[in-house]
Amino acid sequence: MTKSIIYDAPQSMRKACMHYCPGCGHGTAHRLICEIIDELNLREKTIAIAPVGCAVNAYNYWNFDVSEAAHGRAAAVATGIKRVHPDKVVLCYQGDGDLASIGMAETIHAANRGENFTVVFINNTNYGMTGGQMAPTTVIGQKTTTSPNGRDPLTDGFPIKMAELIAHFTAVKYSVRTNVADVKGVRETKKALKKGIMLQLNGGGYSFIEILSNCNTNWGLSPLKSNEMILKELVKTFPLGVFKDETGGA
Amino acid sequence: MGKKILMKGNVAMAEGAVIAGCRHYFAYPITPQNEVSEYLASRLPEVGGVFLQAESEVASINMVFGASAAGARVMTSTSSPGYSLMQEGVSYLAAARLPAVLANVQRGGPGLGNIAPGQADYFQAVKGGGHGDYRLIVFAPASPQDMLDYTILAFDLSDKYRVPALILSDGIIGQMMETVECPEDYVPQTVEKPWALTGSVNRDGNVVRSLWLDDVGVEKNNDILQSVYREIESNEVRYEGYLLDDAEIVIVAYGLSSRIARQAVDRARREGIAVGLLRPITLFPFPTEVISELANKENISFLVVEMSAGQMVEDVRLAIEGRAPVDFYGTYGGRIPEEEHIIEKISRFSLHKEA
Repeated sequence: MTKSIIYDAPQSMRKACMHYCPGCGHGTAHRLICEIIDELNLREKTIAIAPVGCAVNAYNYWNFDVSEAAHGRAAAVATGIKRVHPDKVVLCYQGDGDLASIGMAETIHAANRGENFTVVFINNTNYGMTGGQMAPTTVIGQKTTTSPNGRDPLTDGFPIKMAELIAHFTAVKYSVRTNVADVKGVRETKKALKKGIMLQLNGGGYSFIEILSNCNTNWGLSPLKSNEMILKELVKTFPLGVFKDETGGA
Repeated sequence: MGKKILMKGNVAMAEGAVIAGCRHYFAYPITPQNEVSEYLASRLPEVGGVFLQAESEVASINMVFGASAAGARVMTSTSSPGYSLMQEGVSYLAAARLPAVLANVQRGGPGLGNIAPGQADYFQAVKGGGHGDYRLIVFAPASPQDMLDYTILAFDLSDKYRVPALILSDGIIGQMMETVECPEDYVPQTVEKPWALTGSVNRDGNVVRSLWLDDVGVEKNNDILQSVYREIESNEVRYEGYLLDDAEIVIVAYGLSSRIARQAVDRARREGIAVGLLRPITLFPFPTEVISELANKENISFLVVEMSAGQMVEDVRLAIEGRAPVDFYGTYGGRIPEEEHIIEKISRFSLHKEA
C-alpha cells in the first residue's frame, strides 16, 4: 500500500505545539501565512514582526526571521527593517490592542507613508493575552473584564473600524476585512494575504488585511459558537469586504 | 587627518555618523538638536543612505530598533523631553542586545523646561532611564571635534559589545562652532552580525527578542548583559586629566562644565592654587578607579561642577568612599556655571587648608 500525504505542516512552520487556546483563530492565520510563504518560495526572504499580545511567541511557530516589537510599535520596527532591506518581504502581525490602541499612531503613519509592507491585523475584539479586557474594537454592549456591564458608547466610545480607516489614506493600496470563522472565510483570507504579499513583492506599497478571529476563551463560548458569533453578530459592526484595492490585480 | 572645517557641534556629530558608515537615521524634530536632522536629510541621500522623519520619538527609537535588528548601523538624535519618550525603546534595545547610537543634546528640564543647555539627564543616561537593569556606553563630548570623534567611536564600540551607545551632549556643545578635523584614514570596525534579521538563507529563522516566559530565560539574558557591562568597565573607561600630578584640589566636570572648569583651573593656577581637572569622557563606564586613586593622596579635596542640582557628584562620592571632602557647585534651568563661582569654591578649600 502506498502512502500519500494529503495534509502536512508547511515547510516554513516549526514543528512545535502551539500555546494558543484550542479553537483560536491565530493558528489558522499563522498557517495561512506559512502556506503562502511556501507557495511563493519566500521563507529565505521574509522578516516578520511579532507583536505584544497572544502572538508574541509567533517565532516559536514560524521558521523565518522574526523580531519582537514593543507594545504597539510593530509598524515602526517594520519601517526600520524594510528601509534596511527593501528587497525582503516584511510582515507586521498584530492584534487589536497593539495595533488600534497603543500603536494607533505608528499604524496610521506607516500607512500614510505607504510603507511597502503587509500588515496582518487579528481583530478578536478584546485583549486576549491579558485576560479579556475591553479593546478599541470591542463592540457595543460586549461584556469584557473592564466593561462588565457591556461597552457603553457614552463612556467608552465606539468600536474602531480599522480597515475602513486605513483605506482612507492616499498611499494605501489595499485594505480588506476577512474572517477565519468558516471555510469560505479562511479561503478569502488566504487570497487577501497572498494579494498583499504579492503587492509588496512587486514594490507596490502598503497593504492591510484585517482578520476577524474568535477568542473563544475570553468570549466564554465554545470554538464553534464563537465562530458562529463572528458570522452572525460581529460582521454587523465589522462588515466583511474590500475597502480599497489599487493593486491593479497584483 | 583631513582638512579643518568650521562646524557646529550638532553637524560634526551628524558627519561623524556618516564617516562611521551609518546609513540609516530616524528622528523627530526638537530644539536644540535640529541641525543633526537637517544636515542628514540632505547628506544621507548623497551617500545612498536613508533619512526618515518619524511621527514621534516613540516611533523613531522603534525604527532604530528595526534597522538595528536588520543589521544596519543606525542612529537617532533628540533632546531631553524627546529622550524621555524614547526610554521604553532604549530598554528594549539594551535587552535585545541591539547596537545603535543615540544622542541626547540636553536642554533645561524637568518637563518642557527650556531650550537652554543642561546636564540634568545624567541619571537617566548612566543609571538606566527605562525599566530593568541595563547600561549604555555614554560619551560626554566637550567640543564639536569630540562630537565627531566620539560619535565614530560610539558606532564601533556599540557594534563590538552589542550595547547601545549614547552621546550625552548639551545645547551649547551642539550649537557652538569650532574647527573640526575629519579623519581621512578611518575604516569602520565592522563586525559580523550572525544574529541579525537578513532573511533566513540556509539557516533557521533568527529571532530578536527580549521576552522569555520560561523560568530561566530573562535571568540568563541578564547574566549576559552584566558580564558585557563588566567587560566594558575594564576596557573602555576614558577620561582626560589636566594638571593632576600636584593637584591638591581636583575639579571633576564633563562636557560644557569641564570647559569652564578648565578656564577656572588656569586662573587659579596663576594665583598659586594647586588645582587640576578630571574630565570623564565616558560617563558609563565611569572613571571610578582613577578618582579612587586620587582620593588616596593626603590632603586632597574634590569639587564637582555640573549643570544639574547634583547628579554625577553621587558617583564621585561613591568612588571616594568618604576618604576626601567633596564639594559641589551646580547650576540648572539653563544657567551655565560661572568661572567666578568655581574660583570662589576653590578658594574656600584653599583657605580651609591654610587654616
